[in-house]
Amino acid sequence: MTATVPVSTAPAAPAAAATGRIPLTRLTVVELRKLADTRAGSWLLIVIGLATAATSAVLLGWAADEEQTFSALYSFGLLPSSVLLPVLGILSVTSEWSQRSALATFTLVPARGRVLLAKIAAAILIAIAATAATAVLAAGANVLASALGGDGSWSLDSSLIWQSLLLQVIFVLMGVAFGALLLNSPLAIVIYFALPTVWTILGETIKGLGDAAEWLDLNVTSQALTEPDMTSGEWARLAVSVGVWVGLPLVLGTIRVLRREVS
Amino acid sequence: MISVENLTKAYGAQRAVDDVSFICEPGTVTGFLGPNGAGKSTTMRMICGLTPPTSGRATVAGVPYRRLGNPGRHVGVLLDASAQHAGRTGREVLALAALTMGLDTQRVSARLERVGLGGASAKRRIRAYSLGMRQRLGLAYAMIGDPAVLILDEPANGLDPEGIHWMRGLLRDFADRGGTVLLSSHLLREVEVIADRLVVIGNGRILVEGDKEDLLGAAGTLVRASDPAALEALLQRMGLTGTRTADGSVLVPSDPQTIGPAAAAAGVVLLELRPAGAGGLEEMFLRLTAGTETGAAAR
Repeated sequence: MTATVPVSTAPAAPAAAATGRIPLTRLTVVELRKLADTRAGSWLLIVIGLATAATSAVLLGWAADEEQTFSALYSFGLLPSSVLLPVLGILSVTSEWSQRSALATFTLVPARGRVLLAKIAAAILIAIAATAATAVLAAGANVLASALGGDGSWSLDSSLIWQSLLLQVIFVLMGVAFGALLLNSPLAIVIYFALPTVWTILGETIKGLGDAAEWLDLNVTSQALTEPDMTSGEWARLAVSVGVWVGLPLVLGTIRVLRREVS
Repeated sequence: MISVENLTKAYGAQRAVDDVSFICEPGTVTGFLGPNGAGKSTTMRMICGLTPPTSGRATVAGVPYRRLGNPGRHVGVLLDASAQHAGRTGREVLALAALTMGLDTQRVSARLERVGLGGASAKRRIRAYSLGMRQRLGLAYAMIGDPAVLILDEPANGLDPEGIHWMRGLLRDFADRGGTVLLSSHLLREVEVIADRLVVIGNGRILVEGDKEDLLGAAGTLVRASDPAALEALLQRMGLTGTRTADGSVLVPSDPQTIGPAAAAAGVVLLELRPAGAGGLEEMFLRLTAGTETGAAAR
């Protein structure tokens, strides 16, 4: 008996259209969904939302009347997401390895670079969404402020809108980069928060490092983004520090993700 | 169709997989057998493009796995049922797979139902799943893109007897409709019922491969005589060496048609004379893989 009789009809020969490369947009949608569909991810987003609402409540409840402006509500409101969104970025990469779902992910999409690209796109989109949501929330709170006797002024330098958005994107990408570089959730989160702080402290205490810190300390260079109308010198310093803290780990992390054996 | 050609993976001096070649044809179930650490999983990971081979190549549907545009529509893969995010629900895992492949997520409910994970189970997080439930979800995951090829690493692990029976039916039906199945196991009993072909691997090398029927036939004949000494003398005269089994019968590397007439002519009374079949295959499997476990590769 020959058991190897070829049968012409496979269970379902996929149509040619189904065999094309998976488009990056679809991968990005999947990665966006993966940010929120785990317990850790959904709670992180809920906490960010609540904390952002709390910033408005704090300003409305306790700040002096003249400080209750859209500009103040908006910039204070961005604080929770700028701190916590990078953690979401870290987890989006590291959880694939810590939870071992990389096995399934890379079996469905063998082009690992495209998966990473989709994760970066998803991180940028969530940063934009968080910034927009914060603006809406701040606007609502500002309406409330003027009703309650606060200043309620709407003036906001337009450059600040783009700069604050850029700041969010930089930090969330730094999270993704650290995640890709370290591929371990707790380690990446600790290093992400500790290393820049240690560097800042060193830069402030050691005289010889002061000049270097001006260019390489992201905590210092990114401060300029919170002030309107950045100078070209400030942009240059920001670019250099972003290259070191975001670009470099992202490149090394990508190499690591592409090469690491999945098991 | 899966084609593996001279696949080799070396970790330092250790060859986890050493020059492995075999072919899985459409319409068949291939059992990939070997003790733990024999190189089964490494071979399967290389077929799926997750581990780069040191040398050799593997293709699925004629193409290296990594060149498949949307692999989930061609190949269903289950390498480790526990390798899913513990914080996702079973339903969400299947929905993500369907979404990635560009399929309607409407099909998810029916697929969960089909593997016995409908209702409340679908909404539970995988953290709360038993190993058997994870295997069922893994099978649904592998099959959600309606592939023509299935690659399953130890899918029976953690399944109860009823679950194993169910899985056999599922895979048999899949192969009978023209699908190609490669499934690994370290237990012969798990695969011998559904496998058409067997590939036995030990220490990274293929020890034996072929149609199950042929291997069963080659396993020898079980003979039991009322006078064991007379039987032994007869076998000696025939130039055959029998192996005494645990229950007192003798496993003879020959077929019943040869031994029966010879015993009758010699006046040896036989109480039992039958092809050794699965029992003999197990004997052979144990003999072939004996000692390979201790020197097994780490992965």
